[in-house]
Amino acid sequence: MAAAALTDLTIAEARDGLLAKEFSARELVEAHLKAMEAGRGLNAFLTETPERALAGAEEADTRIAAGEARALEGVPLGIKDLFCTEGVATTAASRILEGFTPPYESTVTRNLWDAGAVMLGKTNLDEFAMGSSNTTSHFGPVENPWRRKGDNRPLVPGGSSGGSAAAVAAHLCPGAMATDTGGSIRQPAAFCGVVGLKPTYGRCSRYGIVAFASSLDQAGPITRTVRDGAILLRSMAGFDARDSTSVQREVPDFEAALARPLKGLKVGVPKEYRVDGMDPEIDALWQKGIEWLEDAGLEAVEIGLPHTQYALPAYYILAPAEASSNLARYDGVRYGHRAEGGSELLDMYEVTRGEGFGAEVRRRIMIGTYVLSAGYYDAYYLKAQKVRTLIARDFAAAFNQVDVILTPTAPGAAFAIGEKEDDPISMYLNDVFTVPASLAGLPGISVPAGTDGDGLPLGLQLVAPSFDEETMIAAAAAIEARAGFDGGGATAAGGGA
Amino acid sequence: MSLDKATVARIAALARIRVAEEDLDGLARELSNIMGWIEQLNAVDTEGVPPMSRAADQKLRWREDKVTDGGIPEKVLANAPAAKDGFFTVPKVIE
Repeated sequence: MAAAALTDLTIAEARDGLLAKEFSARELVEAHLKAMEAGRGLNAFLTETPERALAGAEEADTRIAAGEARALEGVPLGIKDLFCTEGVATTAASRILEGFTPPYESTVTRNLWDAGAVMLGKTNLDEFAMGSSNTTSHFGPVENPWRRKGDNRPLVPGGSSGGSAAAVAAHLCPGAMATDTGGSIRQPAAFCGVVGLKPTYGRCSRYGIVAFASSLDQAGPITRTVRDGAILLRSMAGFDARDSTSVQREVPDFEAALARPLKGLKVGVPKEYRVDGMDPEIDALWQKGIEWLEDAGLEAVEIGLPHTQYALPAYYILAPAEASSNLARYDGVRYGHRAEGGSELLDMYEVTRGEGFGAEVRRRIMIGTYVLSAGYYDAYYLKAQKVRTLIARDFAAAFNQVDVILTPTAPGAAFAIGEKEDDPISMYLNDVFTVPASLAGLPGISVPAGTDGDGLPLGLQLVAPSFDEETMIAAAAAIEARAGFDGGGATAAGGGA
Repeated sequence: MSLDKATVARIAALARIRVAEEDLDGLARELSNIMGWIEQLNAVDTEGVPPMSRAADQKLRWREDKVTDGGIPEKVLANAPAAKDGFFTVPKVIE
């Protein structure tokens, strides 16, 4: 099989082709390494690990020959550079983790390697996963492999998992690991025309993932098909004693859920998501999504999620508060960057953190510090936690009526690199449709469903009750089958070539 | 909510982040805008609503009280910017 064709395979196709010995894991990995090299202009990878990938491929070929293939044997993956990988630099796209090489492996990546997957490299992201455009990375922005029709300006891939989404869309890897705190899997997936799946909070271990906001952070896959997302999630997920919020629960066969019957189920359409000044193209796509699900046998029901508009401001108290605490560990003592010339300890801390963190991270740490400071805790932090309860109750009430909820993933398509940089709030609004489910800890998935007038991809989001990823996956597959989305508009050559 | 320059300097000190004097005004404006936008939460009636501190509806697990890790000082110190004789080292502290 030609190298180009090998990078066009989905994970399911690659898995089946490897088992049928149509090609070797070595050929599959080499094809992707070549694509990564050709696609370097996208800046999607921060670290490439070709030796490790080839060694993994060799082991995979040996196991396949011996009839001992595991679930993901020989499948090459990109890993967001927020997952600690033993012996491979992990940066969180921050200067402050300069030179850090983890002496341990995150549980999610450990699970993937134990299932036979092979690491191609570490993907770029917003610094500490704080951003919606991948422009806060210390190592420069990622370019979206899509371009507007007749306009060659580079666009953002979304964020924070921008490198993972761009790499998958440009066929540099068939799937990638990502994390989602307020939309960081789903929004970049929508911007790049790929599938982004955020599981229920607690489904995947957070052990070894650089922490941003611990009550919200959750790992998930970015892939080109819903089936591939289901395949990866099954291997990633599972109970882990090293994460106190990991949930002790059987991991279902998510891939089998694709075939679930949908007839008779109800899809909720929340009226509060039809925001003022909504892009008519997004509204039209949302309507189409409803029709596709009706065609699949679901009944559409209008629902109310009355506290929706308060989700984003509550999130911008809770997430920075947790971040200010989590990021206190970066002090120049145990790992990463230490400023030169700090003559006293306190001075060393302040200079190290002042120069080690980028502008957005500094801003969020300071907001978090402020809302947690004496005299303000009740007015901000406690208030936001109460609003979070109301948002979770909204969803709980809705799920008494419906089985799954359909919304747009983001309020617009990808924008140009440099746009929305002047005002943090306009950047934050990218996550207006994804943050509510994050606060409630619910699973969500973004499915590429169409393109806008500029030819850019748009995504639809499905949200399901806690630990019912299976219904969500089945409904996502129904949309995918009917949307007939063509990902061919994404090219690695778009980036700087 | 408007944050003045002095407040921002105080937050920066609490957060152990050095901010240059000339950057304080700009930062005060940015943080004031964000806090002003967050103020809309005051419109929500949260009387009697319990705070939600975790996403999953679960209690923390108990485990046996035994050592499960350790004995790896080389690994612990491997990434230290400065270490000596099995310890992290820091600049002198003068009080």
